[in-house]
Amino acid sequence: MSRLRLATVWLDGCSGCHMSFLDMDERLIELARKVELVWSPFVDAKEFPEQTDVTLVEGAVGTAEDEEKIRRIRARTRVLVALGDCAVTANVPAMRNPFGRQAALSRAYEENATRSQGSPSSEIPVLQNRVRPVHEIVPVDVFVPGCPPSAHTIYYVLEELAAGRMPDLSGRTRFGA
Amino acid sequence: MTLDELQRAAAEERANQRKVACHLHVCTAASCLSAGGGQVKQALEQELAERGMRSFCQVKGVGCMGLCSAGPLVAAQPEGFLYGHVTPEDAPDITRSLVEGRPVRRLAVSTDLPFFRRQLKIVLENAGRVDPERLEDYIAAGGYASLLRALSEMTPQEVIREVTVSGLRGRGGAGYPTGLKWSTVAKSPDADKYVVCNADEGDPGAFMDRAVLESDPHRVLEGMAIAAYATGARHGYIYVRAEYPLAVARLRTAIRQAERAGLLGNRIAGTPFSFHVEVRLGAGAFVCGEETALMASIEGRRGTPRPRPPYPAEAGLWGHSTLINNVETFANVPVILREGGEWFAQIGTQTSKGTKVFALAGRVLNTGLIEVPMGISLREIIFEIGGGVPEGRRFKAVQTGGPSGGCIPEQYLDTPVDYESLAALGSMMGSGGLIVMDESTCMVDLARFFLEFSKGESCGKCVPCRVGTAHLYDLLDRIVRGEANGGTLAVLEELSDLLRHTSLCGLGQSAPNPVLSTLKYFRQEYEAHLEGRCLAGACGKGGRA
Amino acid sequence: MNAGIKTLKIDGRDVSARADQTILEVARENGIFVPSLCYLEGLSPVGACRLCLVEVKGASRLLPSCVTRVEEGMEVTTRSERLERYRRMILELLFSERNHICSVCVSNGHCELQSLAEKLLLTHVHFPYRYPRLPVDASHPRFVADHNRCILCTRCVRVCDEIEGAHTWDVMGRGIEARVITDLNQPWGDSESCTSCGKCVHVCPTGALSEKGRSVAEMAKRRQFLPYLTMMRTQR
Repeated sequence: MSRLRLATVWLDGCSGCHMSFLDMDERLIELARKVELVWSPFVDAKEFPEQTDVTLVEGAVGTAEDEEKIRRIRARTRVLVALGDCAVTANVPAMRNPFGRQAALSRAYEENATRSQGSPSSEIPVLQNRVRPVHEIVPVDVFVPGCPPSAHTIYYVLEELAAGRMPDLSGRTRFGA
Repeated sequence: MTLDELQRAAAEERANQRKVACHLHVCTAASCLSAGGGQVKQALEQELAERGMRSFCQVKGVGCMGLCSAGPLVAAQPEGFLYGHVTPEDAPDITRSLVEGRPVRRLAVSTDLPFFRRQLKIVLENAGRVDPERLEDYIAAGGYASLLRALSEMTPQEVIREVTVSGLRGRGGAGYPTGLKWSTVAKSPDADKYVVCNADEGDPGAFMDRAVLESDPHRVLEGMAIAAYATGARHGYIYVRAEYPLAVARLRTAIRQAERAGLLGNRIAGTPFSFHVEVRLGAGAFVCGEETALMASIEGRRGTPRPRPPYPAEAGLWGHSTLINNVETFANVPVILREGGEWFAQIGTQTSKGTKVFALAGRVLNTGLIEVPMGISLREIIFEIGGGVPEGRRFKAVQTGGPSGGCIPEQYLDTPVDYESLAALGSMMGSGGLIVMDESTCMVDLARFFLEFSKGESCGKCVPCRVGTAHLYDLLDRIVRGEANGGTLAVLEELSDLLRHTSLCGLGQSAPNPVLSTLKYFRQEYEAHLEGRCLAGACGKGGRA
Repeated sequence: MNAGIKTLKIDGRDVSARADQTILEVARENGIFVPSLCYLEGLSPVGACRLCLVEVKGASRLLPSCVTRVEEGMEVTTRSERLERYRRMILELLFSERNHICSVCVSNGHCELQSLAEKLLLTHVHFPYRYPRLPVDASHPRFVADHNRCILCTRCVRVCDEIEGAHTWDVMGRGIEARVITDLNQPWGDSESCTSCGKCVHVCPTGALSEKGRSVAEMAKRRQFLPYLTMMRTQR
């Protein structure tokens, strides 16, 4: 049986979901027998692989770059998993939404900055006016709420997908968990 | 005032009116007044005075004559000449024509038009004929005779039987059988019952109740008093929106006059029956037309609906058994008692009896107030009475029932106007607003307009209506602007389904109707908008702002 | 035969009830779960959240079980594919209405909205979030009102009026603009009618009303007082 081609992506989020992923600890070794990690912040691939079985997305879509990335990833992924509250609900990153991009930038880089005041330069991705959950941009196949979802939940999701089943998350996780 | 005294007063007033050879009826309902009817009336009076013709001709302010688009209207009686778009400068010509006995050609409006011929006036029989500010005039036209006859010659059960036989159904929109409602309240053992008249007409484009109240307020009071006698109530409220100052003023005048004449108040006509009516002003919330919200508002609380049951007949105002009917429903009652329930039941269709007053508005030649027998087709209303669509444009749809109703396309124009047929088309009778649209109207934009209304008028109590109407509006706005994607129509449909089945009151339950009916009959317009095109050419590039 | 006792069927189970009981009360007595948010035992029911809608055989509409009295021979269905779908959508409407960020909420883990979402298997909200800009009123010395987390269940309004008798809370505005207010929309801290009893805070199903000084997930609500208070008043 060929191993599941797995990717993990980190968009607008705190990386907590990836930390929770690592919290699978020794089960990671077991998992490695079933899945092959083809693209991730943990590995050094440069280009997102064409044919990916499962992609775990952490984080919301907050920049044009995020949006472009998630569209490309969606096109190359069979099962897209929104992992964690930022991907599922836009969560904490979306707390700037009622105020808009400009207010968020000036609060962070001008009002509260003590040195080198001024918004970031053009070399980093430009914030969109609204942060959105992944499914508002592309279709999502599995939603795994949680902030972050527990290692146990992530393991269950991957085990089910590796076994060719769609995970049933009822009672396993919740918003904010 | 007893029945004998009433009949004597009527005869006396009629004799007085006969002493004057002719009358100039000037419409003083809101529409003609806003077009300058008040100045016209003044100019005519002055002109007659200056010519010393006041004993020959009298000027009388009357209620709505219907053809509002030709206002200000003046009718010369007894000849029946009708003049439209009259200005104060026309006063000399009009007075001169009275002497000559010939109409003023340049002002004449033909009364032989289908607009007049195809109507059947029951509720509006006095509108345009009696002076709404004079009780004597109403009495001369036979007013209050039904009430006094009921009090002296009929038992409450007999009154209810007559109303039941008539087949009258609620004219506020839902069409609940009036006789059944009355008998439910009558059977309540409650010693302290109420009769409420719902005059909180709030649909955009609707002005039927306003016209009735401005044209013939005593008729509504008489209907309420008959209802109170039949059900055993002693107190009544008229809940009327404060945006109708003229209707409110005329109602208050009418109540004062009727009380002074002993036709309202304690021991009416020397019988043990007492009935007091008060006017309560609505502060401009559409939802207060919903009966439970209306009662909360009368009680001085926030006007939000509550779940039914209990229905008002069981637990209404301050927990007491309460009868709530709409203005037009009450206005039908005196005629039903006068002519008999069976007479009334001959008019209309199998399930919908009598007539219906409609406010004809939108892209139609003759806008105004009409009363037609139930069962008439929409085509007759729009193309014969209404005179069709102006400027050579094509008819597209007619909207009935306001924000709770739906749009009906051309292929269903031969549908008879009755409660069931309109509901089967995804619309509703509603209180009587009828808005005609031509090819230049974008149906998506129209749905957005009504949802903007419903969103703003939702009281916010129940979740589906409060949040759902806001989402529906936002989604429609995106579609109109060409910013929506393919999945949007499915979301519109599931939200509409949710609102219809889970909202607390009629506002939320019927708020999706404009969306559902336009999706049903004009889906291609939605689909074109998803591709950034407006088939009606109404929404500019990138959509209408 | 006692006319005051009714027998009916809920989800196919035969149950008996006093004539003055509602479907919801009887269902819960019998361990049948019916979701609700605006209902709270001890407060007058208002039928506003629409989560407790049930199907009653012969009724043309879905009925709010919190205000619908039992009737002899009634056949009630509390769970069906349609009801579950509607309930999930209503929860989605609530989540999308304001800014509910469970992960940073004082009531995370103690919130009725959050736990209902979990129970009704709501994994995501497919309606667009509205992100309104709403105030947080921290003017009261002991409590905070965060309108971002309010679901307008009006439990605070009712407990303040019906139990405490202060009627500090009420609702203002219409539709999507509706908000709970203290006094005549004055800051809570300036309220002259508020007795600072804290009942509103503890009946609030979410983190909208909380005690000051609580951090994320620390605001558990204590509601045990309510049935006792009502009982003491009505049965003494």
